[in-house]
Amino acid sequence: MKRHRKVPFLHVTVDLPKMDIFLQQIINGLVQGSIYALVALGYTMVYGIMGLINFAHGEVVMIGTLVTITVASLLIKAGVPLAVAGLAGLVAAVLACMALGWGLERVAYRPLRNAPRLTPLITAIGMSIVLQNVAMIVWGRNYMTFPPVLPKINFELAGAHFTAVQVMIVVVSGLTMSGLVLLVYRTKLGMAMRATAQNPQVASLMGVNSNRVISAAFVIGSALGALAGVMVGTYYEIAHYQMGFMLGLKAFTAAVLGGIGNLAGAMAGGILLGIIEALGAGYIGDLTGGFLGSHYQDIFAFIVLIVVLMFKPSGLFGEKTGDRA
Amino acid sequence: MTKWLAPRSAIGILLITAALIALPFVAAMGGQAWVRIVNFAILYIFLALGLNIVVGFAGLLDLGYIAFYAVGAYTWALLASPHFGLHWPFWAILPIGAVIACFFGVLLGSPTLKLRGDYLAIVTLGFGEIVRIFLNNLNAPINVTNGPQGITLIDPVKFGDFSFSGTTQILGVSLSGPQKYYFLLVALAIFVIIINLRLQHSRIGRAWQAIREDEIAAKAVGINTRNIKLLAFAMGASFGGIAGGIFSAMQGFVSPESFSLIESIMILAMVVLGGMGHIPGVILGAVLLTVLPEVLRYGVGPLQVAVFGKMLIDPESLRMLIFGLALVLVMRFKPAGLWPSPERKRELQGDA
Repeated sequence: MKRHRKVPFLHVTVDLPKMDIFLQQIINGLVQGSIYALVALGYTMVYGIMGLINFAHGEVVMIGTLVTITVASLLIKAGVPLAVAGLAGLVAAVLACMALGWGLERVAYRPLRNAPRLTPLITAIGMSIVLQNVAMIVWGRNYMTFPPVLPKINFELAGAHFTAVQVMIVVVSGLTMSGLVLLVYRTKLGMAMRATAQNPQVASLMGVNSNRVISAAFVIGSALGALAGVMVGTYYEIAHYQMGFMLGLKAFTAAVLGGIGNLAGAMAGGILLGIIEALGAGYIGDLTGGFLGSHYQDIFAFIVLIVVLMFKPSGLFGEKTGDRA
Repeated sequence: MTKWLAPRSAIGILLITAALIALPFVAAMGGQAWVRIVNFAILYIFLALGLNIVVGFAGLLDLGYIAFYAVGAYTWALLASPHFGLHWPFWAILPIGAVIACFFGVLLGSPTLKLRGDYLAIVTLGFGEIVRIFLNNLNAPINVTNGPQGITLIDPVKFGDFSFSGTTQILGVSLSGPQKYYFLLVALAIFVIIINLRLQHSRIGRAWQAIREDEIAAKAVGINTRNIKLLAFAMGASFGGIAGGIFSAMQGFVSPESFSLIESIMILAMVVLGGMGHIPGVILGAVLLTVLPEVLRYGVGPLQVAVFGKMLIDPESLRMLIFGLALVLVMRFKPAGLWPSPERKRELQGDA
């Protein structure tokens, strides 16, 4: 996938001392992992509440990035200051994706609430194809450049380099995730969500409006996805109508790695996956004596996943659940 | 089986046979491209029925099925092309491809089959991606797969001197390459349909269905769930391997691009859209999902010109857009698939 070529660590020269490379990879992995974690939360919230893999979530993220690019570029052209334009783009993306997530659930999933398990999976795939092609019709086939909304400031820590954008990504996703935890464990809506996740029938008998809860999960997940999409855009500075696919796949892998349906699991899984990928890509050449190069980067996510699931069949933090009969 | 010999069934079989023989000649009137499309539809029937064993009968959600197809295709490509200078005959390669694919199926299945539904799905998906990434990158340091360029000049299927590529005269009838493959594919498809039909109500088939409905109960009545699930995986994988070999020979060219995740998803969509676990339904799903995009490919552009007087939207994306919408709409109004098995239909109506 193209976007990996732009990852800064691939440009780090090899003659740096070993410790620096290690630190550098950890930093890069943390940044990538924060993005995975935000997207993974969208998958895990929906799965936790209704046991459904929302395959179209990656496309929601992609739409978020492209909306930001359009809005921010238009505002910059109109003479609006960079930071304001960027912020407006972000707000526009979050609103657009929330609407999209809500609509997605209404159109593709709600009518199939009682259908066989695989049916909503196919509608999800259908929606994902639709969204990708709508994006291609609206934004075209070419790569789009993300406007430089954040200043380029470089920091150095013990020989490892990082940028203001990277700091911003880690801080913002940290804050957002804390906010989500507060929402789920300290508000009434959160309580309703947890109740529905445990047992939808009993929750609705207790007066929980399960339709509202499910819509809320989609809307919140999509908002997080939009935020992640903006981060991907500012980080790699390019975007494309197909970018949602691999990102979604990795994030979903992260969610399963942590134990799908579990918020903390999605966060930990995302960050873990980011770091493993970064370290793997940095060291695979040395480990295999040059036999396998860094283009095998995408393999780590899946190998780690398979190995973890072999020993912990419900993911790292997932509870052991029996089959719901 | 004896009811096949009843006069009404006999007439039906005769009619179907006649239609099957006539089809490649009718399709050829629209150009050889249409014969190729028909061939692909049959190849996808083969694949979809293979996956139907895993997903439809045993209820194991496999999102990496294309990996086995890829293994079969590359086995053929490596053993019958100038790439390694090997030109083995088909009767040696096809079984080898099936066995290697089966081995991969067991390799993937044995550690992962204790996983619950969706976890299994993501693991198989990951496995499919791993296979594709290796095919894409195994051109260095030793050039095994020739990387993204793929392998070209692959031998066609040959029975002795009779080659399936190029035009030949048989009994005064001129047959093109795709038309000859058509008959080979029909024969293979009938073979796999018969296997599916015989499996469905066999002891193994019933064990699969028991596992699909309730694994714990199946275990309780003495079914060795692990082995039976592994058998489903291995069988599905072997069919994928055979289909891959034929694909390789038919195309004369393979590259990792043909084995991306979207292909796995398409085959799954054929199974689910047609009617999981119901053989006629799966066949219908495979035919529809192969032919619909092609019809749209030829229809969408001219239709736009006719309606609006010019091309408004890129026909390629419009075609996929319609395809995606069709998937959503069919599942929305036919949640059990277009042609579900009678038992399943009854169950769903009972639920409502």
